Amino acid sequence: MNAFRVLSLVALVSLFFVLAACAAPTAAPTQAPPTAAPAATQPPAAAKVIKLYASWPMQGSMIPEGTAMLNAAKMALDEANSQVAGYTLQLVFLDDASPTTGSWDGTVEANNAQKAIADEQALVYFGTYNSGAAKISMPLTNKAGMAQITPANSYPGLTKKGYAAGEPDIYRPSGKVNYFRTFGADDFQGASGAAWAKCLGFKKVYILDDRQLYGKGIADVFEKKAKEIGLEVAAHEGIESVNIDFRALLTKVKASGADVVYFGGLVDSGGPQILQQMDSQGLFKAGVKMLSDDAMYTDAVPAAVKPEIINGNLLVTFASPALDQLPTDVGKNFYKNYKAKYNADPIGWSIYSYNAMLVILDSIKRAAPKLDAATNVTAKRAAVLDAMRATKDLPGVSGNITFDENGDPTTYLMSGFLFKDGKYVWQKNISGDMKCQ
Amino acid sequence: MTQSELFIQLLINGVTLGSYLALIALGYTMVYGIIELINFAHGDVYMLGFMISLTFLGFLGVRGTLGGWQLWVVIFGVMLVTMLCTGLINMTIDRIAYKPLRRAPRLAPLITAVGMSFMLENLGMIWKGPSQILYPDIFPAFDIPNGLFGLNTMVLFTTKDVFLMGVTIPLMVVLTLFIRRTKMGKAMRATAQDREAAALMGINVENVIRTTFFIGGALAGAAGMMVGLYLNTGRYLMGFDAGLLAFTSAVLGGIGNVTGAMLGGYVIGFLNAISDQYLSPEWTRAIVFTTLILVLVFKPSGLLGERTPEKS
Repeated sequence: MNAFRVLSLVALVSLFFVLAACAAPTAAPTQAPPTAAPAATQPPAAAKVIKLYASWPMQGSMIPEGTAMLNAAKMALDEANSQVAGYTLQLVFLDDASPTTGSWDGTVEANNAQKAIADEQALVYFGTYNSGAAKISMPLTNKAGMAQITPANSYPGLTKKGYAAGEPDIYRPSGKVNYFRTFGADDFQGASGAAWAKCLGFKKVYILDDRQLYGKGIADVFEKKAKEIGLEVAAHEGIESVNIDFRALLTKVKASGADVVYFGGLVDSGGPQILQQMDSQGLFKAGVKMLSDDAMYTDAVPAAVKPEIINGNLLVTFASPALDQLPTDVGKNFYKNYKAKYNADPIGWSIYSYNAMLVILDSIKRAAPKLDAATNVTAKRAAVLDAMRATKDLPGVSGNITFDENGDPTTYLMSGFLFKDGKYVWQKNISGDMKCQ
Repeated sequence: MTQSELFIQLLINGVTLGSYLALIALGYTMVYGIIELINFAHGDVYMLGFMISLTFLGFLGVRGTLGGWQLWVVIFGVMLVTMLCTGLINMTIDRIAYKPLRRAPRLAPLITAVGMSFMLENLGMIWKGPSQILYPDIFPAFDIPNGLFGLNTMVLFTTKDVFLMGVTIPLMVVLTLFIRRTKMGKAMRATAQDREAAALMGINVENVIRTTFFIGGALAGAAGMMVGLYLNTGRYLMGFDAGLLAFTSAVLGGIGNVTGAMLGGYVIGFLNAISDQYLSPEWTRAIVFTTLILVLVFKPSGLLGERTPEKS
C-alpha cells in the first residue's frame, strides 16, 4: 500500500514536470507582442505571401533591446509597404526566451527554427540575438536550405575557423553557407581597439579578461593586433570575475609601467570594480586609462562607480557611430524616421536589425524571377538564399553592405567613445587598419 | 616602483585582505566548534552585512566623505545596527534551517546550509540587483607615507588601511577575551568539547548555540560593512567568493580553533596577494587550495588545530 502510494506520487510528479516542460516552449509564441503579424490571417493570394520569422529574446531586461531591434526591422518593412516585386511580406516574431528564466533558451530557439522550417511560406529566418542561440538554430536552417540573417551575433566561431574545434562546419551540415550577419564579429572590435590605443599615443598595455567566451576572445584579438602594430603588451591575465578585491593585481599593473589597461569582459564580471580600484590605488592619478569593449558601453558603469572618477579615464569601443552622426544618407534618414516614428532614439542594435531587413528585401527583389518560376518551397528558399549570398554594395545605414564567402560583412564600422562629463562621448571612427593623424 | 616598494605594498595588501577574511573565518570556525557544521550560508551573511549597512547609510542620506564627529557617529552607529541585524539573521537561519536537523546525520544540515546560501544569494540579487553596487566613500583616504612623513614613495598606505585594521583587530581581541574570560565563553568552550556532558552540567546548550550564531553573524556583518567602506564596491556574489576563502582560512588554521581562524585568514590573505602579484590572478585559487591540501596532508588538524578523538 505504502509503496503504491509512493509510486503514484512519483508518477504524478513526473507527469507534472513533463507537462511543464511541454508547456514552456509552446507558451513562448503567445508571449510575442501583439504587434507581430498574426499567423492565422491568410490573405487571399496566399501564393504571393512570404513570411519572415524573427527570433530573439523579448523578456525581462531584454525588452528594451529586443523592442528596439524589432522596431527597426518593422520600420524597414513599412518603408517598403511590405511589398517586394509583387510579394507581400509578413514578419512573424517569435520570442526565444524561456518564460521561466527570462533569458534565451535552447529548447525554445530550436522550436522557433522548426516552426519556421515547417511553414511553407517562410523563406528567411531572422535572428538570433545570442550567439549561443544561433549555434542551435543555424544547423536546422542550414539543413532546410533557408537563409538566416542575424543583427547581433558576435561570436567569431559561428563563421570563422580557429575558435573551437569543428567550427564553423558543425553549423553547416549541408556544407553550404546560409548564415549572414550585418553585425561584424568580435575580432573586428579587438583589432580596432588596439589600433585606436596606438593612435591615442599609448605605449604599453596591460590586458585583462574575464576568461569567458566573449571577453577572452576579444582580448586575445586585441593582444595579437597590439603586438603586430608595436604596442607593447606588459601582460595578459585572466581575472576571477566574482572577486571584488583587485588591489594586488592593480599594484602589479602600477609596477609594470603600463599606461593603459585593456579590459575584455562583460559589465558584470569585474570591470566597474577594476575602475573603482584603479582610482583608489592611484592609477588614474598617475595617468593610466582604461580601454574596454562594447559591453562596458552602458549606463550600468556610471551607476556602479562614482562617475567623477571615470571622467576622462574610460575609453570604450562600440560597433556603431554616434547614431545622430551616421555617415550615409540611408543612415541619416534612418535616424530621423526612427525618432519620428517611435519617439525614441534608436540603439546600436537597431542599425544592424534595419540593415538585415534591407538585405532581406533586396535579396527577395533580386530573387523574384526565380521565385515566380519556383514550384516548391525548397526551390524558393534556394532562390532567396542564393540572392542573399550575392548581396553586394547594398546601401546600408553605416555604409555599403557586401557579404564575404563566410557570410560576414566585408566592411565594418567601429567607433571609439570617451566617458566625459558623466556620459559616453563619441570620439572617432576606428578600425583595425586605421591611420593615425 | 622598486622591488622593495612592491614588497611593502604586497604586505599591506595581504594584511588588509587577511583582516576581513579573518573576521569572516571566525564565524565558520565558531559554529563548527560548537555543532560541527560548516555553515556555508555564513559568507552570504557577510554579503547581507554589506547590503544592510548600505541601506542604513542610504536612510541617513550619507553620500560623500564625512569628517569629524559625524564620521565616527555614523560609522559606529550603523555598524552596531548592522551587527545586530546580521547577528539576528544568523540566529534565525539556525532556528529555521539547522535546529530541526540537530539530531539528523551530519550531511543533512550541510546540504541545508548550501541551500540556505543559494537562498540568501538570490535574495541579495533581488534586493540590490545583479550588477556591481556602489558603496559611498565616506571614510577619507589620506596618504600617510607621502602626506604625513613626506616620503616620496609609490607605496599606497592610507588612513583607510589603518581604519580597516583598527576595527577588525580589536574585534578579534574582544572575541578572544569573551571566549576566554566570560561565563558564556566558558559555556561555549564546554559545549564545544562535549555537548552532552555540558548539558548534564546544567549548561543551556541551545542558548549557547544561539549565542554562537549571533556572534558569528555580527562579526560577518561588521566585515561586510568594513569591506564596503574600504573597497567602496560589492555585489550579491561577494559572499560566495569571500566565504570560500574564509572557509579555507578556518580549515587551514584548524577548524574549531578561534586563534587558528585568524592566523588562517592572514595566511590566505598573504597567499592571495603574493600570487596576484608575482604570478597571475588565474593561479591564485590554485595556489590557495594547493597550500590547503598540503597543510592538511601533513597536518590534518590544520595549523593550530588539536587532534581530538572522534566522537561516537
